[in-house]
Amino acid sequence: MNQTINASAGLAALAALAALALPAMADASHLNLAILVLMAAQLGVAWNIVGGYAGQISLGHAAFFGLGGYVSTLLLAKLGWSPWIGMPLGGLAAALLSLGFGWSCFRLKGHYFAMATIAAAELVQIFFTEWDYGGGAVGLYVPMDRQGWLWMNFATKQPYYWLALALLLATLAANLWIERSFLGYYLRAIKDEPDAARSVGVDIARYKQVALSISAFFTAMGGSLYAQKELYIDPGSVLGTALSIKMALVSILGGVGTLLGPVVGAVVLTSVEEFTRILFGGTGRGTDTIIYASLIIAIAVFYPSGVLGWLHSRLRRRAVPQAAVAPAPQGEAP
Amino acid sequence: MTAELLLQTLASGVLIGLIYALVAIGLTMIFGVMDVVNFAHGEFLMLGMYSSFWLFSLYALDPLLTLPLTVLMLFAFGTLLYRLVIRRIINAPMLSQIFTTFGIMILLRGVAQFLWKPDFRTIENSAVSGSVQWLGLQLGRPQLVAGVGAIAVTAAVYLFLHRTRVGAALEATAADKEAARLMGIDSNRMFSLAWGIGAACAGAAGGLLSTFFPIFPDVGATFILLAFVVVNLGGFGSVTGAFWAGILVGVIEVVGGLLLGPQYKTAIVLVLFLGVLMFRPQGLMGKA
Amino acid sequence: MSLLEVERVSKRFGGLTANEDVSFALDAGQIVGLIGPNGAGKTTLFNCVAGYFAPSAGSIVLGGHPITGLPPEDCARAGVGRTFQVARTFGSMTACENVMTGALLAQRSVVRARRQALEWLAFVGLDRFEDKPAASMTVSEQRRLAVARALATRPKILLMDEVMAGLNPSEVREAVDVVLRIRERGIACLIVEHVLEGIMPIADKIVVLDRGRKIAEGTPAEVSSDPQVIAAYLGGEA
Repeated sequence: MNQTINASAGLAALAALAALALPAMADASHLNLAILVLMAAQLGVAWNIVGGYAGQISLGHAAFFGLGGYVSTLLLAKLGWSPWIGMPLGGLAAALLSLGFGWSCFRLKGHYFAMATIAAAELVQIFFTEWDYGGGAVGLYVPMDRQGWLWMNFATKQPYYWLALALLLATLAANLWIERSFLGYYLRAIKDEPDAARSVGVDIARYKQVALSISAFFTAMGGSLYAQKELYIDPGSVLGTALSIKMALVSILGGVGTLLGPVVGAVVLTSVEEFTRILFGGTGRGTDTIIYASLIIAIAVFYPSGVLGWLHSRLRRRAVPQAAVAPAPQGEAP
Repeated sequence: MTAELLLQTLASGVLIGLIYALVAIGLTMIFGVMDVVNFAHGEFLMLGMYSSFWLFSLYALDPLLTLPLTVLMLFAFGTLLYRLVIRRIINAPMLSQIFTTFGIMILLRGVAQFLWKPDFRTIENSAVSGSVQWLGLQLGRPQLVAGVGAIAVTAAVYLFLHRTRVGAALEATAADKEAARLMGIDSNRMFSLAWGIGAACAGAAGGLLSTFFPIFPDVGATFILLAFVVVNLGGFGSVTGAFWAGILVGVIEVVGGLLLGPQYKTAIVLVLFLGVLMFRPQGLMGKA
Repeated sequence: MSLLEVERVSKRFGGLTANEDVSFALDAGQIVGLIGPNGAGKTTLFNCVAGYFAPSAGSIVLGGHPITGLPPEDCARAGVGRTFQVARTFGSMTACENVMTGALLAQRSVVRARRQALEWLAFVGLDRFEDKPAASMTVSEQRRLAVARALATRPKILLMDEVMAGLNPSEVREAVDVVLRIRERGIACLIVEHVLEGIMPIADKIVVLDRGRKIAEGTPAEVSSDPQVIAAYLGGEA
């Protein structure tokens, strides 16, 4: 057990060093790749708060991501407000939107919840597609006239790297705080046994909503950062269901319900995407999609606890029933 | 907006709704028998469309003629998919089930795009083309034939479930898997059968659609959403429910599009979906 | 005034009547057994008291405050603790963390909750499982863990649903021990039980249900010689 802790600490230190040194050593395209990994990881960590810890499989998180991007971009383009203000405001807007999601979806269980979140997010996408003030289907260009840290607009990639890293660390910190507080216990209880959780006083509707709102807040901030980096957003790229799937996938790949699972998942997923894009992407024939999909199926069928779960079970000597597999529902006598 | 226009819209709503019903029947059967939501169901429809298309393009065989062949091929494919993949996740956590079928959905779209390119295809001048005048309404002949075909297939499925021993076994497994097993019914075989029939229904719908609807790799996306709404409205697991709900959703979609504008057709359906999920999750006729 | 007053509680599910006009009371520090043949409506009554079902008629009052129809989390806050027939421990947590979830009801400090949890684990004799995954414990151990978890919420009354089912004689003795210790702490216990040799010796009062109605109430001795009770057990499924 102590070996594992020392190994983890060592790895963490190494990762931290690499993260700090990277911008100085990598070239532009590798730096961009690193930024993509950081952003994917941040979104995965944010999703994990409600999807992994509380066990509520949301497949509509793109709505929060896109909303964050739109709010900060519109505030900048129409009112001239700095994204430093726009970002948290976007987060708040998403937290508010999540109240609507929660109200309509949380009473549903399992598949129904997932489907409802897809439907709700698609409604948000349709809204932005038809909303001309927000750019409609054509989308919005993020104003580039003012540059520098005050306007979160840079000519080089390096500052975006630091921003992405900072946001990831902030999201991880929030996740860690939740995990260690009473909220962490309550969320895990809700995921494991909702009825038993209620019997010890846990108001599951309220805490599911809390988890969703926090998750939405951080997801939206990721959306704002994306907008500032790409300088263009449209409903297709920031509000689509495919994006929602990816956010969930990052966590599932790495290990749902663990702190660093999404980070690992982001590294794996981005690497696979990059690799297949380099090898096959140019043809436009969908080969990368095939590989991506096969990966999803393989993980879902053979490694539902993700990479970290697999590593964990290899390191553990004892055979212990995996917590990831839900116990079969058992009948009770009246 | 005249009565004639409304009637015309209603008619096309009913006709397309019958197709939705057929797709949904396959989906609801899979759910009813084994509690798995098949996100890849739209892709069975897509494959049915392509089957029809290639048999027509390469061998000049009319889609109506090749419909039974399409149905058989999709039945086999559904069964194969069950045996290779789905069988492994029957008892897996819901997250695994969702992502497995999602993965299959993306995989099949990718394979279709790889093999047949993303171009839109159409079937021109099949045996059923042109339109028909009936009671002052103008109805496309392919749509009419598709509607009738959907009714025929639905009836066949219904009769199978209620008049044959195998069908009864399927219903028994859907009602109570354990009890059915105790009576000697092999759940595995039933699940396999459910997937086969489910895929066949969607494939049949695809074959019927191919005479008037564009064919492209992602076509399943449009129909899967509608199929979910229909299944939900009709009640998960209810074939009769799916039939009537399909017609209802078809009408609501088309009439709604007429009243609010075609760009809102999907939004109307989504609102209906959420409404049913929230206020009557068991649907019109389903088990809760 | 009694601690728990169940007043003419009925519960109907569509056409099915699970409880019909059931009334009884429970005083602080009492152990009351709820027995009856299968299908008598015992767990349904539990679920009404603990808030999982809202009674179709009647009222339930705890410590002078009505709790009829309150959701489970509010009943828990009012002082109702309960266990389930299937232990339903939190599989992803250790034994200590399971109990901590209960301890967090009264106060939010995780550090203090951990300390309290350890005390309760020792109380039910599970302290050696402190950091072991709950999923690795046996069924009877998980049942005791569920009891500790419920106790950690500092209930006024603890509802135990068939804690002794399927236990061997020495495990039954351990379970009885725990119940007696709970009574010593001043917590009232309402226990649904089929294992009569476990509950009869320790109960202050027994309430007998059959087909949704109360057919007898009294001391264990009175109830076991009541001809109606004997008929219910012999006539129906036991």
